[in-house]
Amino acid sequence: MIAALTQLLIYQLAGEIVARGLGLPVPGPVLGMVFLFAALSLAGGPSPDLQRTGQGLLQHLSLLFVPAGTGVMLHLGRVAEEWLPLAAALVVSTAATLAVTALTMRLLMPKAAAPEDRP
Amino acid sequence: MSGALDAFALSPRLGELWVYLAASPLLGLTLTLAAYQAAWWLHRKSGGSPLANPVLLAVALLVTALTLSGTDYLTYFDGAQFVHFLLGPATVALAIPLHAQIRRVRALALPVLAALVAGSVTAIVSAVAVGKLLGASAPTLLSLAPKSVTTPIAMGVAERIGGIPSLTAVLVIATGVLGAVGARYLFDAMKIREPAARGLAIGVAAHGIGTARAFQVSEEAGVFAALAMGLNGVLTALLVPPLAAALAG
Repeated sequence: MIAALTQLLIYQLAGEIVARGLGLPVPGPVLGMVFLFAALSLAGGPSPDLQRTGQGLLQHLSLLFVPAGTGVMLHLGRVAEEWLPLAAALVVSTAATLAVTALTMRLLMPKAAAPEDRP
Repeated sequence: MSGALDAFALSPRLGELWVYLAASPLLGLTLTLAAYQAAWWLHRKSGGSPLANPVLLAVALLVTALTLSGTDYLTYFDGAQFVHFLLGPATVALAIPLHAQIRRVRALALPVLAALVAGSVTAIVSAVAVGKLLGASAPTLLSLAPKSVTTPIAMGVAERIGGIPSLTAVLVIATGVLGAVGARYLFDAMKIREPAARGLAIGVAAHGIGTARAFQVSEEAGVFAALAMGLNGVLTALLVPPLAAALAG
């Protein structure tokens, strides 16, 4: 677990260094993901340790958003004042994004990729 | 009478204890994990309903507890930052399921890219347009623009364009919860059944919280969500500055 965590942190660090060093608009962890993906493709897959640790982290991905979400405390005033535009923007935009993305994807997906036809 | 005296004798001790707890990161960290456990317990009790979203429940519990105890957010975050920090390595770890499903993703490369661009533009433009129409202030609009991507990216983008990063973080979480809660009902109503299309859409619209939900449903949906979340993070970082300037200005 420690070896796998070290590995994940090294990829994240490499991502941060490249992103900041080259002034890229891409966040460090996303570049780190790209680097790890490249390494996994070369190695043919993750070690059992990395597989387990990665799975453990991702299983509780939603926990990691809780501290930032609790930050709503800092903005109760603004949220109370602008609740209507905020709520409407979030609801309309989220629904529109879900619908547009899913419809575009389905329109362009080959029929063979439908779930009924999977082997 | 003696009860009151006992309480007086105890209160300096309690005061000391509170001073220690308030200054140590232990309390914020423990509270976060405990609230999350309680939220999961409630989520399971509800039969895994998307309406009982664990993030939403945990945040509600924490805000209530912190408000009642008079603890401010920054004190709480001293402890909670250890959980927040793990967002970075978790993002990196998304490469693992992505690698496991790459053949399926590669076979759908073109539809994925087209849907991603369509969804990403829709997310930014519709949020800012609706907010502006209903009279949101300029800092609020700029904080809204990157709301569909994962917290660290969205906060960075908001800061660059003159939004309020901590407000953006809250809007990002709210968007994620909305997407995770509502996607199933919307897709069922639209008769969209393909896991790849459902996963991709939830990753574009609702980043990591949507992705967490998608992984609960199926690994295939989860992988497309993770891919969409990563790519949309990059695309939004590129698209928001020019789009937001044009829309909010």
